[in-house]
Amino acid sequence: MRRWLPSPLLSASLLLMWLMLNQTLEPAHWLLGGVLGVLAPLLSRPLQPHGHARIRRPLALFRLLWMAAVEIVRSCFNVTQIILLRRSADVNSQFIRVPLELKSPHGLALLSCLINSTPGTVWVEILPERHELLLHVFDLHDEAWWVHTIKTRYEQPIIEVFETPEPGGSRT
Amino acid sequence: MTTATLLSAASFFALACVVLAMLLCTLRLMVGPSAQDRVLALDTLWMCVMVLALLLGIRHGSQIYFEAALIIALLGFVSTIALAKFLMRGEVIE
Amino acid sequence: MSGAESLPWWAAIPVALLLVLGGLITLVGTIGLARLQSFYQRIHGPAITIALGAGCILVASMLYFTVAQSRLVIHELLISVFVLMTAPVVSMLIMRAAVYRDLRAARDMDPGNDAGNS
Repeated sequence: MRRWLPSPLLSASLLLMWLMLNQTLEPAHWLLGGVLGVLAPLLSRPLQPHGHARIRRPLALFRLLWMAAVEIVRSCFNVTQIILLRRSADVNSQFIRVPLELKSPHGLALLSCLINSTPGTVWVEILPERHELLLHVFDLHDEAWWVHTIKTRYEQPIIEVFETPEPGGSRT
Repeated sequence: MTTATLLSAASFFALACVVLAMLLCTLRLMVGPSAQDRVLALDTLWMCVMVLALLLGIRHGSQIYFEAALIIALLGFVSTIALAKFLMRGEVIE
Repeated sequence: MSGAESLPWWAAIPVALLLVLGGLITLVGTIGLARLQSFYQRIHGPAITIALGAGCILVASMLYFTVAQSRLVIHELLISVFVLMTAPVVSMLIMRAAVYRDLRAARDMDPGNDAGNS
């Protein structure tokens, strides 16, 4: 099982993608999509240096994604207001640094996707020496609030989802 | 007033907005003081063209535009990534 | 006007609202691109175009075709997922390219000084 289906979630989403692309539910397309779902992860496994992600707690992941979606819509309206109503010179755009504890590469990828999807914040890079995240904020009013928000509302759930609770567990 | 005229008016309004948006992108593409501005404007232009294809699909009631929009999204991603990587590393005189 | 079949009112009004909203948000994003002063502010403009403008149009398209053809048409979800997964990568790469270029320009202007953190 583990050997032929290294990541069942990836295979299922490839099958779903095939069915949606063809807009059909015929048995033949289930077969083709199934072959695609089994073969593509096997063939692309050498391309993934960190292996497939293990999602420990799917429920926490969904809650995180829902929170992020609400946050995206909310900050869309904030950015719209700023663009339409304020003069460009008055907007306080700044780089800030956020110290991170998250180490898992998949978790960092998810964190960067969520932060970059939210209008008004852009991830620049991780400064390697102290594992700090360099972030550009469109309209900064309180740096400590941003650090607190990112650490509690984004980083903590991602650590729950992707990293093993006990240090002796098998990290992938 | 039927729903067809309502939809036609709404899609015409959205088309006008998107075309205006594309004009603004083109303005930034031509004016843009630095190369990264131009790449950003080009990326936004790709997005606008994708939205334009979807709108034309709704307006003409045809699903062929969906494939066009999907391919535009794919090509836009790849070309912007290539340009951004070029900006980062590919200076002619390093 | 070739297409645009008649939908029932309960579907036509949300579709029309989503279309108008999506068009306006797309426009606002590019106004930000054209109007803001520095590059680091301009990069935040298109983010709303991508996240919410394209999102509204995609939902409108899904709703329209689902009702017009009276079957479930959700393959626009593919575009949404693709855009949501790739747009962050694009903005991060452009941002890093801009930061590297600015740092390099600062170093070239002033070779003695190790350019600090932008």
